[in-house]
Amino acid sequence: MKTISIKDKAGNFAENKDVARELREGVLLPALDAGEGVALDFDGVNDATQSFVHALISEAMRRHGAEVLDRIEFKSCTPRVRKIIAIVVEYMQAGM
Amino acid sequence: MKLHIPNSAFLGNIDCFIRNFDNSDPASLEITANQKWIAVHPLVLVMTAALAARVGAKNVVCREFEAKSKHYLQRMGLFEWIGAAADRGLVEHEPAGRFIPIQRIRSSSELERFITEMIPLLHLEPPHSQTIVYIVSELARNVLEHAESEHGAFLSAQYYKKSNSIRIGIADTGIGIRRAITRSHAAADDLAAIRLALTPGITGTTTREGGTAQNAGAGLFFTKSIASVNRDFLVVYSGSGFYKLLKKAEDRKNPYLLREDPFKDRHSALDAVPAWPGTVVGIDITLDRTGEFDALLDAIRMTYGRAVRDRRSARYRKPRFT
Repeated sequence: MKTISIKDKAGNFAENKDVARELREGVLLPALDAGEGVALDFDGVNDATQSFVHALISEAMRRHGAEVLDRIEFKSCTPRVRKIIAIVVEYMQAGM
Repeated sequence: MKLHIPNSAFLGNIDCFIRNFDNSDPASLEITANQKWIAVHPLVLVMTAALAARVGAKNVVCREFEAKSKHYLQRMGLFEWIGAAADRGLVEHEPAGRFIPIQRIRSSSELERFITEMIPLLHLEPPHSQTIVYIVSELARNVLEHAESEHGAFLSAQYYKKSNSIRIGIADTGIGIRRAITRSHAAADDLAAIRLALTPGITGTTTREGGTAQNAGAGLFFTKSIASVNRDFLVVYSGSGFYKLLKKAEDRKNPYLLREDPFKDRHSALDAVPAWPGTVVGIDITLDRTGEFDALLDAIRMTYGRAVRDRRSARYRKPRFT
């Protein structure tokens, strides 16, 4: 399983969508397309915007369906980051 | 264009300031101001700076500021943006600060740097700081991604001790909400476009539910939700459309009630104000009430999911019974 450290790229407040796009296009989608699992490690990230999380994971859900969540692990999330991720995951599934 | 900085203009009474904006002759800007006392929301300052940047300092005509409170405008950086001479004799008060002078943000990296630097300026601690940077990030990224503004986003904020609140203003002179949103959705006028922009899951980048890989159409809805639960003002002004989320009484039974349609919130709306060439957003955040962000996120999740499901079911084909 490939691990992506969000803090290393986006800092402790993950809001830069350009960084999210780089992670999505450069690491996340290629790994998922290859059938691998990915751990998104939020260790050290205090907060994230919905826009950042959307830019990071929505295309993976659209491309591979909600089942892709079985291959994505959200590690070390604060309660607040968990809730932001839950929002994105829920509205993406509602719209599928 | 003519802009008069009045004696008082905060989000509660900003309608008057906006109605008096004269948008004729877009190549020049004449600024006048109340001669006695000026107390205004940061929104007024960023609007003035944004227009000045648009026309260029050499096309700004500005009478000398005589109000006793002009030191506030100087401290907030307005004189620099409008090309007016600073008063060197002014003594700057309030050393504790807690304000963000007018900033211009033109790139993602500038915004990232600004967000890192703004918290010490406002002397905020979590959870207040998290809420404020969240709002600033979402609003400024909206400008960078959708406004197509040559001059970027103008942003300013001020802490008010008496109300224990942060007031934030952001303005751009880009394409405006209507041009951005109608790339994918029909909007009869600027106010209709603002309504769509405040609705969760509506973005100008696609008609597709769930947005694009890069855009969901949720940033303004999140911001409105924070203001709504906080029972604070939010103003969105673009083109001839003006929307104001009004303060409301505390609802003890259902404090996290959110509505996907901004017109169902307690609000005022105008559809024929002098057209602003771009988009302006102002918000007040009372810090006493920002502690429950987690509960707000639960409410957003439910409201957002419901909005998407309702739109999907509205598109379902119906059986024909004969």
